[in-house]
Amino acid sequence: MTRMRARTTATPDSHLFPTRPYDLVKEFCIALLVMALLTLVLAAVFSSPDEKAITLQSWASAAPNDVVATAAGELAGTTTSASYGAPYNTADPGQKLGPLALQRWAGVRIPIDSARDLVIDPLTVGSSDPSVSAALSTWNGASADQQQKWAGDYSTALAAAPDGAPSGVAHGDYGPVPALANGELALAKSGALEGLLTSRTTFYAADPTRPLLLLADGSYLEGIARADHLGGDQWGMMNESGNYPGQPWLWLYTFWYQIDPFASSGNADALVWGLMALLSVAFVLVPWLPGVRSIPRLVRVHRLIWRRWYAEH
Amino acid sequence: MTAPDSAPQSEGEAQSGSWTIGLRNRIARTVPPGQALPDRQPAYVTSWIYVFGVLCLAAFLCTLVSGFVLAIKGAAWWHTSGVGHFVNSTHLWSVELFFATMVIHLWGKFFMAAWRGKRGLTWATGAIAFLGSVGTAFTGYLTQSNFDSQWISTQAKDGLNAAGIGAFFNVLDSGQMLLWHVTLLPLLVGVIIVMHVIMVRRHGVVPPIDAELADVDPEGSDGSDGSDADRAGGSVTPRVPAPPDPDAQAAVGAPPLTFQPAQPAEPVGAQPEPSGGRS
Repeated sequence: MTRMRARTTATPDSHLFPTRPYDLVKEFCIALLVMALLTLVLAAVFSSPDEKAITLQSWASAAPNDVVATAAGELAGTTTSASYGAPYNTADPGQKLGPLALQRWAGVRIPIDSARDLVIDPLTVGSSDPSVSAALSTWNGASADQQQKWAGDYSTALAAAPDGAPSGVAHGDYGPVPALANGELALAKSGALEGLLTSRTTFYAADPTRPLLLLADGSYLEGIARADHLGGDQWGMMNESGNYPGQPWLWLYTFWYQIDPFASSGNADALVWGLMALLSVAFVLVPWLPGVRSIPRLVRVHRLIWRRWYAEH
Repeated sequence: MTAPDSAPQSEGEAQSGSWTIGLRNRIARTVPPGQALPDRQPAYVTSWIYVFGVLCLAAFLCTLVSGFVLAIKGAAWWHTSGVGHFVNSTHLWSVELFFATMVIHLWGKFFMAAWRGKRGLTWATGAIAFLGSVGTAFTGYLTQSNFDSQWISTQAKDGLNAAGIGAFFNVLDSGQMLLWHVTLLPLLVGVIIVMHVIMVRRHGVVPPIDAELADVDPEGSDGSDGSDADRAGGSVTPRVPAPPDPDAQAAVGAPPLTFQPAQPAEPVGAQPEPSGGRS
């Protein structure tokens, strides 16, 4: 048996020590009063952030070119959601944690066909523009390769145009894509796109997965977030909008994203989650981890905590 | 009908198969008599660090109450009502206080090596409560239905998806996250916290590192150590036959102590008042 083990097992029963009076209920009531008052004062003085959600309508008004580029990207299959992999589609094998393809193994549980679900279907149901109807017919009658060529070429041309403006796009054969992208913009501007993405097939719209994916595929949302220092490389995962504390308890999780090899890895999320899972298990198992469980004895902060006891014994 | 000549069963035989008695005995054994709400605590409990456990518990209660009020009026209320916004602010700040006090409490317990003396599960439940609270707070941010929800959910999905969790726990689905936030996770954290507190009450406050049984004066002390107890008008009471920690006795290899009620003639200071401590 090691010396440390002997010390551990020799911890005496706390009930054998001298005692002094103590009012547990009174202490709790005072603590509750203090915490309640502190909470009320902090709430009254600092309030809480509530920056309004971005609507697809406000996105279309503030950054119409971004909406058009995003719609074209969805049709080309080049946006984040279209090329994501599990759980949305099979476009990418997803991230791996060493040999573990956890993302792919979990499967496609939330199936999203970005071109069809985020652009074609809403236009089919919601647009009354004859040019859009004609464009839909052309799109639906084309082969997948032709669709991708039209949309890919148009996305490239938009990226090369001044400010990404459709009006500045070089002439080319883009098929029905410009009309479809403009139709998406019109739907967004009308305020109808959210509903078409969330409640087209159900009365109750409790799941905004699709409009969130569409919004995140654009650059507008990220631009606002980065301006508020909420980017992933800005320690944004533990921040919230405005000057509020956010989630400081996520500092370690956020920290790994700031340094290599995580910051530059294509598997950063899987690696960070794997590492944090390992550290979390270690955190729970501290009492049984040799070395770690001996740290308190070595750093001697306990001499400060129990200074009166040690002074007398 | 029992045959008249059959021998009556002994009480032990009659009770040996009783699930009710078994459960009752298990509950009774979980916390030693008098330790659920002790009115005395070990004399070595004199540091302010001990306060943070109960402060954390109080902040948790404030979080529950403010969340309860928010739930009454629904998810959109706080966006359109000044009162609702204030209640949301109390929810936010009580959570911040909850985490602040919990982290200090955790570090304090770490530096005390508070898992000694068969208290490993006490530490483990506290650590799980912390991790569960992180998840609960995270889902709270996802259900605010504002810009922060949009940004946090669209960013967080990548980590969860990469770990294979996002396929089942869709952070973009605010309906799913709302139910996790207001029902499943608070219930989980609440149950773990209750387990944690029960374990604290079962084992009492961990003694100082390297404190030996020999340090405990078997004849008692003079009752004055210049500690908080004296300033508070209390006094240190010498060791008395107290309800033993069910596990600690086995840990030190000593024969189990039996709680013996004091005789009425004994001095007041030697009454069998249970010792205990704070969480």
